Amino acid sequence: MAEDKPKPKVKKKAVPMPKQKPEVRRHNFNEVALGYTEEQAIEEANRCLQCPKPQCVPGCPVEIDIPAFIKLIREGKFDEAVKKIKEKNSLPAICGRVCPQEEQCQMNCVLGKVGDPVNIGRLERFVADWERQKGVTVPEKTPVTGKKVAIIGAGPAGLTAAADLAKLGHKVVIFEALHLPGGVLVYGIPEFRLPKSIVQAEVDYIKKLGVELRLGYLIGRIHTIPELLKDEGFDAVFIGTGAGLPQFLGVPGENLGGIYSANEFLIRVNLMKSYAFPVYDTPIRIGKHVAVIGGGNVAMDSARSALRLGAEEVCIVYRRSREEMPARKEEIENAEEEGIICKFLANPTRFIGDEKGWVKQMECICMELGPPDESGRRRPVPVKGSEFVMDVDTVIVAIGRTPNPIIQRTTEGLAVTKWGTIVVDENGKTSLEGVYAGGDIVTGEATVISAMGAGKKAARAIHQYLMNKK
Amino acid sequence: MYEIVAERELAPKIKLFEVKAPDIAEKAQPGQFIILILGEKGERIPLTIADYDGEKGTITFVFNEVGKTTKQLGLLREGDRIANITGPLGNPSEIKKFGNVLCIGGGVMIAPMLLQVKALREVGNTVTTVIGARIKELLFYEDEMKALSHKFYVATDDGSKGYKGLGFMKELIEEEKFDRCIAMGPVVMMKTVSEITKPFGIPTIVTLTPIMVDGMGMCGVCRVTVGGKMKFACVDGPEFDGHLVDFDGLINRQRMFLPEERLSSLLWEKLGGCGCGRR
Repeated sequence: MAEDKPKPKVKKKAVPMPKQKPEVRRHNFNEVALGYTEEQAIEEANRCLQCPKPQCVPGCPVEIDIPAFIKLIREGKFDEAVKKIKEKNSLPAICGRVCPQEEQCQMNCVLGKVGDPVNIGRLERFVADWERQKGVTVPEKTPVTGKKVAIIGAGPAGLTAAADLAKLGHKVVIFEALHLPGGVLVYGIPEFRLPKSIVQAEVDYIKKLGVELRLGYLIGRIHTIPELLKDEGFDAVFIGTGAGLPQFLGVPGENLGGIYSANEFLIRVNLMKSYAFPVYDTPIRIGKHVAVIGGGNVAMDSARSALRLGAEEVCIVYRRSREEMPARKEEIENAEEEGIICKFLANPTRFIGDEKGWVKQMECICMELGPPDESGRRRPVPVKGSEFVMDVDTVIVAIGRTPNPIIQRTTEGLAVTKWGTIVVDENGKTSLEGVYAGGDIVTGEATVISAMGAGKKAARAIHQYLMNKK
Repeated sequence: MYEIVAERELAPKIKLFEVKAPDIAEKAQPGQFIILILGEKGERIPLTIADYDGEKGTITFVFNEVGKTTKQLGLLREGDRIANITGPLGNPSEIKKFGNVLCIGGGVMIAPMLLQVKALREVGNTVTTVIGARIKELLFYEDEMKALSHKFYVATDDGSKGYKGLGFMKELIEEEKFDRCIAMGPVVMMKTVSEITKPFGIPTIVTLTPIMVDGMGMCGVCRVTVGGKMKFACVDGPEFDGHLVDFDGLINRQRMFLPEERLSSLLWEKLGGCGCGRR
């Protein structure tokens, strides 16, 4: 098995990921990507050049020793490969599926200059899945420190911070406002991209580290942050409450029936499993002609979910062009393979309802690209007189979210930006002593892995703070 | 899990549950609500808090058995447990000395109105109360309200008890100066009350109960137009200025899932979920 000598020739092509066929998967909520077999994983791992100065590692927000775990896969030591990853990342099965590796570790891979970069994400997923099937082992705990940390939000940032702090011997309690843990991993990302059983398994692992989970606790309403520190006996708090209220277009007719925010649509479908209504109690109504407004991953997830719920036609309406689309390329490809149509350079101007108050048409205006705006992307400008009407019976608005205001409103002295995000220093420390924050509540909407990176960084800072505190 | 420690039927299909929930009880205030879910396959439903007791560690809510979830809830008995309760949610009511306050509670919302009236009395307000229901059989808390109220009136849609409809309120307001009006009940009732008080310029507060899923500022299904602006009942409310609320838009949004709600409830009954077909 062991084979350390350099490969005679570089294989330019990555081992392709087995997937469900588009014509099949567009009718089900099962996972699209099926994962590598052992042979495929070893074959892909063999492509890694094991660079002496690896470029992939600096691209990883959670600092995984990538060449080391790939080497272990190559040697067939999957168990050790998982351990290597888990030194840094407690949620590998999730990251292997939803990280935008093409913009992170894989972007820097030397092989990418001559062909496909090593598919690090698929390898991470492979070993994580391999371990889960075999039964997860829990690392030995370090001696208890007697310090207590409250984590607000059981999403990617909170779970990562919780795992790291628990491993360091602190008592960790996560307060999650929803009735299930996982945050965006359970309410946002659909089953076909990230099966909920995997999130559950990774949360179980974190619980095995000794982390306590309290579900249905909306901090700010039930306990405030000052109360957690003063009355509930916590020595530090980490805020990882994520992205909050959906943004709407602000055009007439937006409150008509059949118009969902992407958040509502995805919460119904993913968290409440309304795709299985009436077996599950939460309803969803999907029409024949669905328009999804926006060009990010949330728009892709919404469009692909709508298709699976039985829509005849799903059209993504985006005000810029394909090049500016913020969604992962892989997800755009998946969506288009499944038959989703993209309409670029168009933006809704109003919604028209039927006599029952349900949306029946959407008026849009054509856009053209002007000079770049502050985001660096070219600003879309409406073309005068170019309005057109589309027949739609369901609209999903996926144009972003603003931070949830509850913690900011109930925590005196917590510095907040004009956008409502929490101000932190480079270690995730807020303006209040012992209070740290990370993830979307700090950055605005970003990725799972950047939230995890922030959770990791804050955990390190919290540990230092706790150990210096008398 | 949250244990039901007491139950009472207040009127046909209107039930009161007192539930052990010490953390919520400690923080609850008038005007706030909870979201409960009965199990893995359940839906999340919002219910206004009707009472709380920090010392006993209990909260009380009242519900109407209209849909599948509330019917299932109605089958639970003292000692049974509810899978999850999240709360308190929403902003608390503004409770201070306003002077002369007119309170109108309708239907199941008579229950949280009693809590409001108690709180308003405690800070020295004079309270005139109206309670209303579709028919007289659905009225409850008459004695409790009467005992706390300076003046007390009853109204029913069909006139089977007290006044028929809320039209009489106009004379009430003409006769007496009110500093504030608080209405909690069906949307149509709150709309009527707001229309009656508007010409008199009485600040009128209504409690909105639109469809909610998470109830904590994520999904946006509870959006409602207030004074021409989009507001979210769960984080900006649930109380709003009744003179600014677009009630018709709200009524339309509340009907969004009626066919699905009916289907869900019907299927559940047909499959014997209610227990009647099985025993």
